[in-house]
Amino acid sequence: MLDIVIWICGIMLGLGAVACLVRVAKGPSILDRVLALDVMLLIISAALCLEMVLHKHTDYLLFVVAACMLGFIGSVTVSRFVSDQRNA
Amino acid sequence: MEIFLDVLVAVLLILGCLMSLIAGIGLLTFPDMLTRMHAATKPQVLGFLLIFAGLAIYLRSWAVVPVLVLAWGMQLLTAPVSAHMIGRSGYRTKHAAKETLFSDELSHVVNKVNGTPPTGTTPVSKTGSPDEQD
Repeated sequence: MLDIVIWICGIMLGLGAVACLVRVAKGPSILDRVLALDVMLLIISAALCLEMVLHKHTDYLLFVVAACMLGFIGSVTVSRFVSDQRNA
Repeated sequence: MEIFLDVLVAVLLILGCLMSLIAGIGLLTFPDMLTRMHAATKPQVLGFLLIFAGLAIYLRSWAVVPVLVLAWGMQLLTAPVSAHMIGRSGYRTKHAAKETLFSDELSHVVNKVNGTPPTGTTPVSKTGSPDEQD
């Protein structure tokens, strides 16, 4: 039963990732792209959790924690950079 | 009991991944940046909560719970800050479509501080002036 659940979850995560990539490609401003890449990182973390469920191990827990921090630092840095650039 | 827990794990994982799909669809179809920010916060808190709960229940161990709580708490703390920064810089740089807003309470303050209608220049904020409100 769990195989079917993993397949359904993987397909949903893949569709979400494709939607994020389309938004990154055609987003009108850089902030849209930052937002879409943030969601992309969350989808990658969710996929890591899904892989841990599939193979029943806990090796990727620290990667999930690191991905949470990485997304925060990236989006804050880029949005700070944008506001300084336009206001100068 | 085992069957019940497995069904619970399946429901939690599917709902958590559905949040990511919803965020992707929202990012793709919503018309402007502020509404897309609304869609992007769906997997950050609720989606991660569901997926982490499913993972912890599936592994049947309390040892992973502190790490998962750390990751989820970090999301909970950092999601408002990054959303605030993105919204702030979008407002200041005209990336956010302001004509679609129903009410814009910040423009009042920005006009008052600048003395002029906002034109994208730096609003010089006076720190520690509580008598700014009228």
